[in-house]
Amino acid sequence: MNEATPTLVEEERTTFADRPSRDGDTNAAPQPLDGETALPHPQVERAKIEVRHLNFYYGKFQALHDINLRIPENKVTAFIGPSGCGKSTLLRTFNRIYNLYPGQRATGEILLDGRNILDRREDLNRLRARVGMVFQKPTPFPMSIYENIAYGVRLYERLGRAAMDERVEWALRKAALWNEVKDILKRSGKALSGGQQQRLCIARAIAIKPEVLLLDEPASALDPISTLKIEELVTELKGSYTIVIVTHNMQQAARISDYTAFMYMGRLIEFQDTNTLFTNPASKQTEDYITGRFG
Amino acid sequence: MDDSAVSEEATGTRYPLGDLLFGGVTWLSAAGVLLVLGAIVAMLWLGAQPAFAKFGFWGFVSSAEWNPVTERFGGLSPMLGTLVSSLIAILFGLPVSFGIALFITEMAPPWLKAPVGTAIELLAAIPSIIYGMWGLFVFAPFFADHIQPVLTDTLGELPGIGALFQGPPLGISIFNAGIILAIMIIPFITSVMRDVFETVPQELRESAFGIGCTTWEVVWHVILPMTRVGVVGGIMLGLGRALGETMAVTFVIGNAHELHLSLFEPSNSIASTIANEFTEADGEVYTASLIALGLLLFLITFVILALAKLMLLRMSRQEGNAR
Repeated sequence: MNEATPTLVEEERTTFADRPSRDGDTNAAPQPLDGETALPHPQVERAKIEVRHLNFYYGKFQALHDINLRIPENKVTAFIGPSGCGKSTLLRTFNRIYNLYPGQRATGEILLDGRNILDRREDLNRLRARVGMVFQKPTPFPMSIYENIAYGVRLYERLGRAAMDERVEWALRKAALWNEVKDILKRSGKALSGGQQQRLCIARAIAIKPEVLLLDEPASALDPISTLKIEELVTELKGSYTIVIVTHNMQQAARISDYTAFMYMGRLIEFQDTNTLFTNPASKQTEDYITGRFG
Repeated sequence: MDDSAVSEEATGTRYPLGDLLFGGVTWLSAAGVLLVLGAIVAMLWLGAQPAFAKFGFWGFVSSAEWNPVTERFGGLSPMLGTLVSSLIAILFGLPVSFGIALFITEMAPPWLKAPVGTAIELLAAIPSIIYGMWGLFVFAPFFADHIQPVLTDTLGELPGIGALFQGPPLGISIFNAGIILAIMIIPFITSVMRDVFETVPQELRESAFGIGCTTWEVVWHVILPMTRVGVVGGIMLGLGRALGETMAVTFVIGNAHELHLSLFEPSNSIASTIANEFTEADGEVYTASLIALGLLLFLITFVILALAKLMLLRMSRQEGNAR
């Protein structure tokens, strides 16, 4: 893609900041980490999300143990690890989607731009507009393709017809779907193929102009070509979004991420820039996993 | 690749007799339903002939006169009674059912889901005659003493629709019948709605909440459109029960063959008229008129079901599903 795109996004971001907020904007400067973590951790200049002493429980079962992590702004961060290691659980704390389920709870702190989102007073709707999420299975809403995107935008912004058309086209272009659907915008979102539906869901997520995009194994249900498109999309979106992706696929993590976190048994084992983690892991467990000795 | 072997297996040549038998049985069952349905319509039509011959089909439908002495019969009053009482039932029953189903699937804490659900289903197990007795001995006096005067003093004063709420405080009325029916259909609509709401994949809920929807927005814009076929089916099930309910309605509707503008006047419905008068119907025309009423009830149900299907088709087209 050309160089002009990020500039466009920056302009749009200003619009986002201007829109009415349900709570006061507290963009406090990020504070440095406690510095007590012994884990390998990359130098992160500006952390968008900072996780401190996070524990997570499904009822009595503790799924995450004392996670400390600084997720850099406008980069792609991948979470890898064997099934059940807690990588999806960790991702699901960043927009507090786990709150839908009684019995799931988190302790510790997650700072988004320095503000603790685990605070009980946090406005969840507002938070989820800032932290978008795409799930493993494509989940188009029961509406037309156009409405699938316009619906979420309408929740937070009042746009005129032309502006909305423009926004829908922008999101669909960003998601590399525009050329395939521009003539069938009135058709149901469910009429699309699985890969197209997933890109529609990504378009829906970015149409709201979130600051963070959470991807929970977005390509695991897709064919190789659709997977490739999603990966290209992620690479293209970084720079303007902080992207966190959970993946089973180590090659995928190596291909598209700037930083990679390896998790095992609910603990963060190692967090490095992707190159270092895959070529020169500090931990024996990481090495065993990436060389395929377990998991 | 040996394609021929695969296709031979796929066409099911291994158990030709079993398949043939099973296919025949399913065919028979399906055809049996259609046959019985056709036979019922035919018998109703034939049985109603003496009445239609005397008054004409439209003459019977449009007349509100019901006089066994002079043998003049018309179905307008019971038809309206059936429609209006069922409409009232849906009007009150639908929002309540929707609310209960929503509460159970989307909001209730887990320990409360099962008890509330079971309680609602138990409502459906109460025999209709119990509802009728409760309606007549408990609800009707209460309604006449406490609710109806209030409604008459407030809504009854309004120009135009005020006439609907005037009338003697008897407690026996088409309005009362509608309320009883509402209570009776709530368990049906609720349990269907709850079941279809639960079929919505959790990921869809999460993605809707994930873009910042409130619970109401998720329900109204995502869950309801996803499940509308089932929801309409549930409403139809309730409506069908309300249209055909006999015993409970007979207790509280008053069974008067008169046309009134007021909802608080005694009236009657098709089912209660048939139940009340079939044993005492003497003369060919009287009996035929009651059978004609039965045919009308059948037609009403059929038309309403057809309208519901049409509505679903239109909604589906609006959503963008071609064809």
